[in-house]
Amino acid sequence: MSALPPKFQDWFDQRGWSIHPHQSDMLERSLSPCQLLIAPTGGGKTLAGFLPTLVELADAPSDGLHTIYISPLKALAADIRRNLRTPVEEIGLPIRIEDRTGDTPYTQRKRQRADPPHILLTTPESLALLLSYPDAPRIFDGLQRVIVDEIHALAESKRGDQLMLSLSRLQALCPGLRRVGLSATVEDPQAIAGYLARQPDPCEILNADPGPDPDIRMLETQTPPPWAGGGGRYAIPDVLDLVRKHKTTLIFHNTRAQAEIFFHHLWLANEEGLPIGIHHGSLAKEQRLKVEAAMAAGQLRGIVCTGSLDLGIDWGDVDLVIQVGAPKNVKRLVQRIGRANHRYNAPSKAILVPANRFEVIECQAALQAVQARALDGDPRSPGPRDVLCQHILGTAAAGPFDADTLYSQVTSSGAYAALSRPDFDACLDFAATGGYALRAYDRYQRLVQRDGQWQLRDPRAAAQIRMNLGTIVDTDKLKVRLKHSRGGQPLGEVEEAFAASLTPGDTFLIGGQIVRYEGLREMTVEVTRRADREPRVAVFSGTKFATSTQLSARILEMLNQPDWPTLPGHTADWLLLQREISQMPRGDRLLVETFPLQDRHYTCVYGFAGKNAQQTLGLLLTARMEREGLHPLGFVATDYATLIWGLDPVTDPTMLLRGHDLRDGFETWLNGNAVMKRTFRTSALIAGLIDRNSPGKRKSGRQATFSSDILYDTLLKYDPDHLMMQVTREEALKGLVDFGRIEELLARVEDRIDHRALNQVSPLAAPLLLEVGRVPVQGAGTERLMKEEAEALMAEAGLR
Amino acid sequence: MTGHRFTFSGAQLFACPSGALWWPDQQLLCVSDLHFGKADRYARKSRGLLPPYEVRETLTRLEEDIQTMNARQVICLGDSWDDLEAAERLPDDEKLWLTRLMAGRNWIWIEGNHDPGPIELAGTHRSELQVGPLTFRHIAEDAAVGEVSGHYHPKARLANRSQPVFLVDDTRLILPAYGTYTGGLRSTHPALSSLMGPEALAFVTGKTVHPIPMPR
Repeated sequence: MSALPPKFQDWFDQRGWSIHPHQSDMLERSLSPCQLLIAPTGGGKTLAGFLPTLVELADAPSDGLHTIYISPLKALAADIRRNLRTPVEEIGLPIRIEDRTGDTPYTQRKRQRADPPHILLTTPESLALLLSYPDAPRIFDGLQRVIVDEIHALAESKRGDQLMLSLSRLQALCPGLRRVGLSATVEDPQAIAGYLARQPDPCEILNADPGPDPDIRMLETQTPPPWAGGGGRYAIPDVLDLVRKHKTTLIFHNTRAQAEIFFHHLWLANEEGLPIGIHHGSLAKEQRLKVEAAMAAGQLRGIVCTGSLDLGIDWGDVDLVIQVGAPKNVKRLVQRIGRANHRYNAPSKAILVPANRFEVIECQAALQAVQARALDGDPRSPGPRDVLCQHILGTAAAGPFDADTLYSQVTSSGAYAALSRPDFDACLDFAATGGYALRAYDRYQRLVQRDGQWQLRDPRAAAQIRMNLGTIVDTDKLKVRLKHSRGGQPLGEVEEAFAASLTPGDTFLIGGQIVRYEGLREMTVEVTRRADREPRVAVFSGTKFATSTQLSARILEMLNQPDWPTLPGHTADWLLLQREISQMPRGDRLLVETFPLQDRHYTCVYGFAGKNAQQTLGLLLTARMEREGLHPLGFVATDYATLIWGLDPVTDPTMLLRGHDLRDGFETWLNGNAVMKRTFRTSALIAGLIDRNSPGKRKSGRQATFSSDILYDTLLKYDPDHLMMQVTREEALKGLVDFGRIEELLARVEDRIDHRALNQVSPLAAPLLLEVGRVPVQGAGTERLMKEEAEALMAEAGLR
Repeated sequence: MTGHRFTFSGAQLFACPSGALWWPDQQLLCVSDLHFGKADRYARKSRGLLPPYEVRETLTRLEEDIQTMNARQVICLGDSWDDLEAAERLPDDEKLWLTRLMAGRNWIWIEGNHDPGPIELAGTHRSELQVGPLTFRHIAEDAAVGEVSGHYHPKARLANRSQPVFLVDDTRLILPAYGTYTGGLRSTHPALSSLMGPEALAFVTGKTVHPIPMPR
């Protein structure tokens, strides 16, 4: 397979196109077992992936499946089907292309199993489901190629781990299967290649021309950015001006709440009514589809969005990307910038808007990193065991299996190559018996071994296993609807915990509107519209990213420059003042400032460990202070520091920060932590300990099934080393708790702690006093709070 | 005694933080909806393999309450077993534990919808029981007076935490579920708000008991 067949060449010629070098490279080497293409957005990546399939099928038409294409987004699968139809029809190829996702109607899915198309476009979840049917060998018979799109994104989540396990099984069914990965620019292509390829097969890496350097700069506004906070509201006039001057602008925010607030104020200022929409993961699906359709039709001049637009759909005419708030992560920034200007060889245009004074420094550091093409990223950790448990159950649903064979399949995936046999056996034991120290279920094992083959004890369990396949676990969300709008469109969704914190009369933002909370009715949040200008409660949680280790290091380096010619004057002056009054934080030392202010004693720890780790550090330090009788009252954490306040001064911060004491306190603290319970629920759902539809989820009407928190508490007490508890600890450590970065910090500074006892607040600490998201210290306070609230309620009702 | 003291139909009662009801004059402890053997039933019905420790966890708490109060009478107010088979299949050590708790006490099993029939364990089996001014039965009945029941697993939210609650008005008292693997029904649900009178209170369990107007 090498040259482009004449009818393909004709088609390219008719369109006035020439084939890109990386597209012909892919075609030439299409017989290698594994290929990874790294190409910027708009580089004809998808066609490069499919061209070998189209050519092979044109040469030798066959029945049955030839190629499976996997994308992380359902919408992408449908999009690709439309895009592929053009060359297939115009060249006149006898190729059937269909997509199969959770949205595909049942009858079509059933037909696809009986009579598969040549090219099937699907998602990791739908593939896992197909593989769990006993007729999987027949469905996949003759399969030649599998194309994994956006593999850089999949590789960052459990969806990727599940997909790679599915590929290992697919490879066993179709030994000649060739793997193709399509990726955006990443920091370590080798790592992705090793993730994709069957071990120990080699994987060829092809790099498309990355195109010219992006045209990227920081927005300099009339008013300097505020001292603290996020959102970038101060820049709205300048942003509107930019939207006016461009065809289509994407305005990225780091959180949904910030996107909502910005969008609301953008419209208040949008006097000429420029068509601007909003898109994020909390909006109702109908709303999102409407915005996507308007975008595709070129009706929108701007879209305020979040990570929900990071992937996929080609919006065509975007000519400017604005990033509001520091990008936190250089790789994501580069990928976002790539969304602008999809014409190959034209530079992408992007503008960074720092949301506060510190972010000016952060944006500047990110600009340097982009220019130096220095991408950041954390090394991948080994494949998680909860996903493996699900894979074992899915395999059992398809039919009996041999443990040795399955183990060798699993370890042929890069992510699980280092999985030990005892670890595998523990997962198998979990799937079979529950894996408890107390062997209680001998008669009712889920999997039993008959004639050396593992299989379901009760074949009816297969349906339940299929229902639970997939690694996407949504937090419980409630739909938000206008009151009395019987069956009207929902405005969006909010997390249950947010809804629970509302009392009637509270106002908040959703879908760019201010609404008033009226009450909860049958699992729906009922609201009414309000004409207020300011919502009372603005924040509902969404993903919060911590500044990457590499970017933090770059910021520290920048702070320690002798002067700052690239920074705006106001920011440089601020840093100079810090140097005079206190000192600059350094990478190899830990700066701790203490100062009194208005009857409170403050301690500021400049760890530069990212928001999640600084938050954890705040919880640990305040717990130690409570034990030392220093009466801490609360703290606030940002990506670079934790500021703690209390009734007594901290005179010896070195003592508080001693490594092994912190670690000890951490163990105890961690076990009772709400983050652990949330993490446990996710892993328990993925591993099949609990059903997606029962424990943890409420049924309407009857008494609820019990919460997964109870299972966590029970295991903690009676079986603390159970597999699910091990997995939970692992996940929490790298996720929200991010203790790894605290460890990294402690290793970096060792005992080099600089304590500066100041008489006044320092310039770097001052903005922290204005930060929102303060965490009160929960000591005896929680009980007191409940008591006070109960008494207030009784008094209000005129009782006692 | 950290419970909440209240008067119901002329009886002086305590709502314990654990969710048990204590009647000092009768030295009577009442617990509802223990759901012993839930994990076992899940496994039997191929609904999943839950941590098999719920019976001992429930027994641990029950033993603590019985000993703290030095109870002479114990009423299990129905749904003590997740199903009748679960009662038969209780492991020997847990059966022994339960038998030890029952020894020397007047122990009454009230039938519930999950356990509608006699079990082989000792104690008295009743569909309902009258003690002084109070009637103990599993499911609340229309127009009942002085009725103590369970069944609904009532819960309510206070200071942002959802907790099991006692519900009480002039004529009825509904106990929270005592079993470890039990969920709850919010007091705002029509089934509960239509059952309880307008003046009803909720006693929120937890570290201590907090009385509040019943959330509707």
